[in-house]
Amino acid sequence: MKKREKAISEEHLRYLKKERGRTIFIVMMQIFLLVQFFLVWELLAKYEIIDSFIFSSPSKMWESFLSLSRSGDLWRHVSATLLETVIGFISATVIGLVIAVILWSIEPLRRILEPYIVVLNALPKIALGPIIIIWVGAGKGAIIVMAILISVIITIINILNGFLSVDKDKILLMRTLSASRAQILFKLVLPSNLSNIIAALKVNVGMAWVGTIMGEYLVSREGLGYLIVYGGQVFNLSLVMCSTVILTLLAALMYFCVLILEKAVSR
Amino acid sequence: MNEILRLIGVTHRYHGKTGETEAIRSMDLSVGEGEFLGIVGPSGSGKTTLLSILAGILEPSSGKVERNISPSEIGYMLQRDHLFEWRTIEENVILGLEIRGIKSAERVGYARSLLEKYSLGDFIKKKPSELSGGMRQRVALIRTLALRPKLILLDEPFSALDFQTRLNVAEDVREIITEEKVTAILVTHDISEAIALCDRVAVLSARPATVKKLFDNPIDKSLSSIERREHPEFANLFREVWKELEFTDEKERKSDQ
Repeated sequence: MKKREKAISEEHLRYLKKERGRTIFIVMMQIFLLVQFFLVWELLAKYEIIDSFIFSSPSKMWESFLSLSRSGDLWRHVSATLLETVIGFISATVIGLVIAVILWSIEPLRRILEPYIVVLNALPKIALGPIIIIWVGAGKGAIIVMAILISVIITIINILNGFLSVDKDKILLMRTLSASRAQILFKLVLPSNLSNIIAALKVNVGMAWVGTIMGEYLVSREGLGYLIVYGGQVFNLSLVMCSTVILTLLAALMYFCVLILEKAVSR
Repeated sequence: MNEILRLIGVTHRYHGKTGETEAIRSMDLSVGEGEFLGIVGPSGSGKTTLLSILAGILEPSSGKVERNISPSEIGYMLQRDHLFEWRTIEENVILGLEIRGIKSAERVGYARSLLEKYSLGDFIKKKPSELSGGMRQRVALIRTLALRPKLILLDEPFSALDFQTRLNVAEDVREIITEEKVTAILVTHDISEAIALCDRVAVLSARPATVKKLFDNPIDKSLSSIERREHPEFANLFREVWKELEFTDEKERKSDQ
């Protein structure tokens, strides 16, 4: 311990201090920018430079938020959207991963299905909205299906590409150790693709939100997407803005959860 | 000397969409127990194909491979170490034991004792990226030896190393293989490496490969590979092997024109 303390020179200490100062400065500026944004918005609305009926204002958004939470509706809407997104996100990732493993394992099947996957990837999934509603019914089910559809194809493609780019010589090594196909999968292909799978998770978090909000625009009776559409229809811009901000916070929160997961597994 | 392996008239062809390539043509070769056989040949002469056939990973198109040992007693060491970054050195070394489902305390202990014996003991819990290229190659060899093979196939195992490391690791590998009493076949395009390590050197022709000539190495087996390189016989044998290879090269060039 003593040795380590000695090892840090004066110069290095100064460097560390400077580096720390820089980090603090950056974070302060980031917070400042956000505060500034809302402050200017509030002031512009207060002095009627912008029309707060169209642009709303931070204080009106806050009122909206308070009335939502007082009536107990806030939690109902937030939990509905959150549940749909999480289910959509997890299902899409699991289904995508399983299909990628199947396609990797059975080469003829992969070659047969390749053009279909490419075409499905090109298709804008939102176009399937009416079909989904008719088949699944206008409810939570349709929203979750939409969230899954939007991200499952790209998940399959990304993960499968990662699987197929595993070094051929490493597979040869596994074969010289007389590994079975399943052992090659579990001891080589999956572990070497961990970062690739995490990258797919990161993309899917965003995609699941898109799918859920899209789904809610189309069918729902509750949820943040519903609040946004409803607020737009009755010209309650404060409700729209307030819901959007909550949505942003939730999406960021979920992304951070994936980041924490990434840190945990890459250790 | 007991024969451990024998090839009789082995031919192998690769089939691709644009046609077929004959990699090996009616090759005869035998390997005795405890021997260190070197195989040198021009690049692209089907050396790796030959090793895959010897190891039983690849079935030859025609001909016979007679083995006095089972394929599971053959170890294979590739050009690059291919250590898995998500495993520690110890976990890398016991990979083969895990795959074959024979991970007993005794075998793991043997693998660990090899690591300690060849001065890798301090790195057991380290990740491969923390080791130098030469150390990694030694770990790769121990990963192969942990399965206690009777025959070990070395596919240009030093070619990815820089020259200084290469000499040292080659000597380490020779020592380990002699000490653990395994039969070895080394494939290389480096003539001096083959002479410094092997008891016999087989020269392959250009594709399709056959054994052109076999040389017995007259240099004392008990010498280290560095000492062998300074032996007066070294230069003689080098010249003979080189002539044989050069001839192959020329013929190749002529047939290209």
